[in-house]
Amino acid sequence: MNYRRLFLIGIPYVWLLALFLVPFIIVLKISLSDIALSIPPYTPTLDLAEGWAGIKDFFSKLDFDNFLFLKSDPLYWKAYVSSLQIAILSTTMTLLVGYPIAYGMARAPEEWRATLMMLVILPFWTSFLIRVYSWMGILGKEGFFNSALIWLGFIDEPLTILNTNTAVYIGIVYTYLPFMILPIYAALEKLDISLLEAAEDLGCTRTSAFWLVTLPLSRPGIVAGCFLVFIPVIGEFVIPSLLGGSNTLMIGKVLFEEFSSNRDWPVASAVAVLLLLIVVVPIVLFQRSQERQAEAQK
Amino acid sequence: MAQPSKTPVVFAPWEDETQKPIIQFKNVTKRFGNFTAIDNLSLDIFEREFFALLGPSGCGKTTIMRMLAGFETATEGTILLGGKDISPVPPNKRPVNMMFQSYALFPHLSVWDNIAFGLRRSSMPKDEIGARVDEMLRLTRMEKFAKRKPHQISGGQRQRVALARSLAKAPKLLLLDEPLGALDKKLRHDTQFELMDIQEKTGTTFVIVTHDQEEAMTVASRVAVMDHGKLIQVATPAAIYETPNSVYVADFIGEVNLIEGNAKKAGGDKYEVSWAEGQAALRGSCPREIADGTRVTYAIRPEKVAISADKPKDAANAIQGTVHDIAYLGNISTYHVMLPTGQVIKAQESNTRRLANRHFTWEDKVWLSFTDTAGVILTE
Ligand SMILES: Nc1ncnc2c1ncn2[C@@H]1O[C@H](COP(=O)(O)OP(=O)(O)OP(=O)(O)O)[C@@H](O)[C@H]1O
Ligand SMILES: [Mg+2]
Repeated sequence: MNYRRLFLIGIPYVWLLALFLVPFIIVLKISLSDIALSIPPYTPTLDLAEGWAGIKDFFSKLDFDNFLFLKSDPLYWKAYVSSLQIAILSTTMTLLVGYPIAYGMARAPEEWRATLMMLVILPFWTSFLIRVYSWMGILGKEGFFNSALIWLGFIDEPLTILNTNTAVYIGIVYTYLPFMILPIYAALEKLDISLLEAAEDLGCTRTSAFWLVTLPLSRPGIVAGCFLVFIPVIGEFVIPSLLGGSNTLMIGKVLFEEFSSNRDWPVASAVAVLLLLIVVVPIVLFQRSQERQAEAQK
Repeated sequence: MAQPSKTPVVFAPWEDETQKPIIQFKNVTKRFGNFTAIDNLSLDIFEREFFALLGPSGCGKTTIMRMLAGFETATEGTILLGGKDISPVPPNKRPVNMMFQSYALFPHLSVWDNIAFGLRRSSMPKDEIGARVDEMLRLTRMEKFAKRKPHQISGGQRQRVALARSLAKAPKLLLLDEPLGALDKKLRHDTQFELMDIQEKTGTTFVIVTHDQEEAMTVASRVAVMDHGKLIQVATPAAIYETPNSVYVADFIGEVNLIEGNAKKAGGDKYEVSWAEGQAALRGSCPREIADGTRVTYAIRPEKVAISADKPKDAANAIQGTVHDIAYLGNISTYHVMLPTGQVIKAQESNTRRLANRHFTWEDKVWLSFTDTAGVILTE
């Protein structure tokens, strides 16, 4: 093997090692440590100055207490289950909103498509935090939404939306919509119009041609979009913290509180490790489906 | 084959005034933007016809098919199907099936499901669908590939699936856009006969696009030669071949020698065409009246030109030249004979003898001769 190839293959590995594996090992190590009133706030720390004895001592002090603690307190597994629920429901909602948009884009006149694509990506150019904060302004008791409804005469009293799960869903759907739209759009744009003509020629109505041809052929896009939304949403913390209420239970939020309010780094790390293990399952499934897709297109 | 009447009935509904055409194009024009794809086209196609559209790439063949199937609407004029204007009828309500030039097979469905697709949209019971699909698979010799997806079969096999899918519903009108182009010669011939057989049995009307003139000659009841969105000639294959109405048609179908000259009346429908100084005028016929001195083209097919060492005594036309090139095609040989004028005339001889016993070879002086009915005089 020549050096050039080694170099090309090496770069992504070094990248993964430095930015994924090393941080993960650090987090894993902290999750096996104990809380301590020190800086950093856990013990033990590795002291290489003491040599071999120091290393032995260090490893002997690591244990699974934090994980056992997570098992004993129902808060944690409830937060995991609730995160999964919210992720599933909001992914479904994002799909229901995103599919028609992607469909409309793919069927729009060719010269418009680039512009429409820009519009979908445009929100990424402003800070994510600012966009979530503006939803607070929209959904609050005195916000635009309530004012508009009252002004139109639909309601007398402002609705409580902010700091409920509804606000969390709105925030998630809004934020993750582009991740759903883009892969579906890519799949729909590739779709050969003559297939729909063939379906109609063989007796399909426009609607049945959609269900029998368009939808199955956009499935790879739907699968990709759903995973791209589902995976990050499970660990989402900004949206539930800012838009959700005290009873919005998501594992990302719990993790954050553990980490910053309680300063319990070891437990927070244990939560993070478990979260990662949970997310690994859909990621592997996603990889598999992508591979199968690539296989089918050969 | 036993015929009910003693004299075999010639199928020629287009000559029968009482016959009503199944398809009528009335001054149809189709424009894409300001590009005219079909230019004021009028055409009648009759029931049970096997109608072939022939023409160079981009002349509008597919566009005609798509208008019949319902994917394009005529910009001007009307298209009637069975006497009714079809413009308001959506594609799924037309008794028409089309085989797409690009095949348009559903990539997510197996070969079997592709063929069954149209049948499942009809009210046909399930077991009949199965039987019909199997029949179509047998017809196109695709039984072994029924479970495969379109991307797992070859180009020719895909073409056969597309053909099977369009045949499955046994529609009143079948539009086949280059149905056999990707098949090898043997399979193509077999399929042509299958198609003719289906047509005989079911009485379906076929409109078929082909680039293969031999195919058009074999299967078609009539052939339409097109150019730039216009019909140049619509006639039976024999008429197109023997009496083309223009240089374009003569040149498009088969091989032809074209000699330009000036026409002069020679009594009846016979004319003499003087084509070069010091050469005897060529005698030929033309059903139309031509004024003396008109610039015309004398068209003669290579197989109608005889080649001999000595000047034939009673030939109406005889020209001397030297053998310039010989193309050996197995069953026939084409001799390229250079005339004193520099023009090359092709003459075809069937190879009744082995190659070694051939009469003529390169640089031989030979005589080319043909009768005065073999060639046609074209004014366009
Ligand atoms: N949707 C369209 N928009 C613009 N021009 C078109 C469209 N469809 C066809 N054309 C043009 O109309 C002309 C006729 O096209 P058509 O597909 O009927 O050709 P064809 O005779 O089937 O050719 P080929 O033998 O290559 O299949 C072509 O010049 C083509 O570029
Ligand atoms: Mg075409």
